Amino acid sequence: MTKGNSYHEAVATGMLPSEESHRALLQSIVDVARAIFGAKASSIFLLDTATDELVFEAVSGQGEGDLIGMRIPSSTGIAGWVLVTGQPIVVDDLQQDPRFARQAAERTGYVPRALMAVPLVNGENTLGVLQVLDRTKDRAYSIGQIDLLILFANQAAIGLDLLQTARRARAVAEQGDGREAVVARLAALLERSEDDATGLRFLESLESVLGQLAQER
Amino acid sequence: MNEDLPAWSLTAEAVDDIAIASNWPERVDRQWAFGGATGKGVDVCILDSGVDGDHPLVNGVDSAVAVVFDGDETRIVPDEEGDVVGHGSACAGIVRALAPECRLHSVRVLGSGNTGTGDLILAGLEYAIEQGYNVVNMSLSTTKRRFAESLHELADDAYFQGTVLVASAHNMPVESYPWRFSSVISVGSHEGTDSWEWYANPAPPVEFFARGVDIDVAWFGGSTLCCTGNSFAAPHIVGLSALVLSKHPGLTPFQLKSVLYLTASNTGGST
Repeated sequence: MTKGNSYHEAVATGMLPSEESHRALLQSIVDVARAIFGAKASSIFLLDTATDELVFEAVSGQGEGDLIGMRIPSSTGIAGWVLVTGQPIVVDDLQQDPRFARQAAERTGYVPRALMAVPLVNGENTLGVLQVLDRTKDRAYSIGQIDLLILFANQAAIGLDLLQTARRARAVAEQGDGREAVVARLAALLERSEDDATGLRFLESLESVLGQLAQER
Repeated sequence: MNEDLPAWSLTAEAVDDIAIASNWPERVDRQWAFGGATGKGVDVCILDSGVDGDHPLVNGVDSAVAVVFDGDETRIVPDEEGDVVGHGSACAGIVRALAPECRLHSVRVLGSGNTGTGDLILAGLEYAIEQGYNVVNMSLSTTKRRFAESLHELADDAYFQGTVLVASAHNMPVESYPWRFSSVISVGSHEGTDSWEWYANPAPPVEFFARGVDIDVAWFGGSTLCCTGNSFAAPHIVGLSALVLSKHPGLTPFQLKSVLYLTASNTGGST
């Protein structure tokens, strides 16, 4: 991260919506995806690049509440297929496969019959995977269904990108030894201060001093 | 090719030197293109997550290597793990079903996590081209712009060398590679369930639509799984390419693409 970006992120932290509102966005995406496909469950995995794992970020339906935060290695399972190949995939008759059934049951307590999964891509970056489990049986597969899921995936990818940016920014602000964090802490102090006029006047004079210094250089 | 032949320009006297022997029929049809062919003598590479050669749908792998990181560098090592994700076997089984006597070679670039995948794909593709395989299945892509230039150069090397790269198209509105390059054959899915049905697309970058829906593919432990996706359309075109090349060895990627075009289900040569 460049110094400039750190300042921007530190300043932006003061204006960021909360972690909860980003989570609410992802939750609404999986809720709607589940409703549209008449599915038993839908979930969003975020790729944690530091540990190379997929993390459950949002779940609607079966497993809701229990699975958030659960981690799996990034290239395992159907979600791993989708992540590493970058290709959407639909799989039926999953329950016939004892290996998959056992792994799914161990991880989530729920073995789906069928699954649709698409990668969440924002620009160059693959951020995670969106899954829809056990869509309504009377809906025969059509390429249109995948296209529809891809539309949701775009929304989810934007949501995940916002969430990750916000987390990075908060990390900058919360790092006591990160020198840029002083900007965020100042913003927070001003926010809490009852007499913000004095604080702002002080910052204005600091700005002119810094401006002067920059000119002299 | 004979090194005395002109490379950059053609003088009037040299025209006779580049006479190309051919016996193209008046109308290229499927009987001419691959009637009676089995894929025999054709080397097909599955650039993917490894291949389980013991799976009945795959029925044997002739060679298998893995690309691994050795520090920051990549290295080719013998693959002793087989398929670590399941995806490569699925693709290999589709090729085998269409071209039962082709030689299958596995180059594993996926499955050891998501990190570094672009570097592994590049190194694996370079290796596959060096081996001179006739056809390479690439049911994968990368969205990382920094790999695009190197992939493009490799795709062009393959094209001029006579190695056909077949890549699954991304059916998402993202920029990804290598399927968009004109030196590879890019494949999307149609909704039919006939493996012998494929369409030429008059509006590329997706060049062909092949079967990609409801396919029983090879899966772990000798079982099968019913799958849908462009990942499974590409190996159909790979299998067909292996058939054509086994009947007409030496066709260039340009000629092969033309044969696939002329024998597609929507161009009149599908009889």
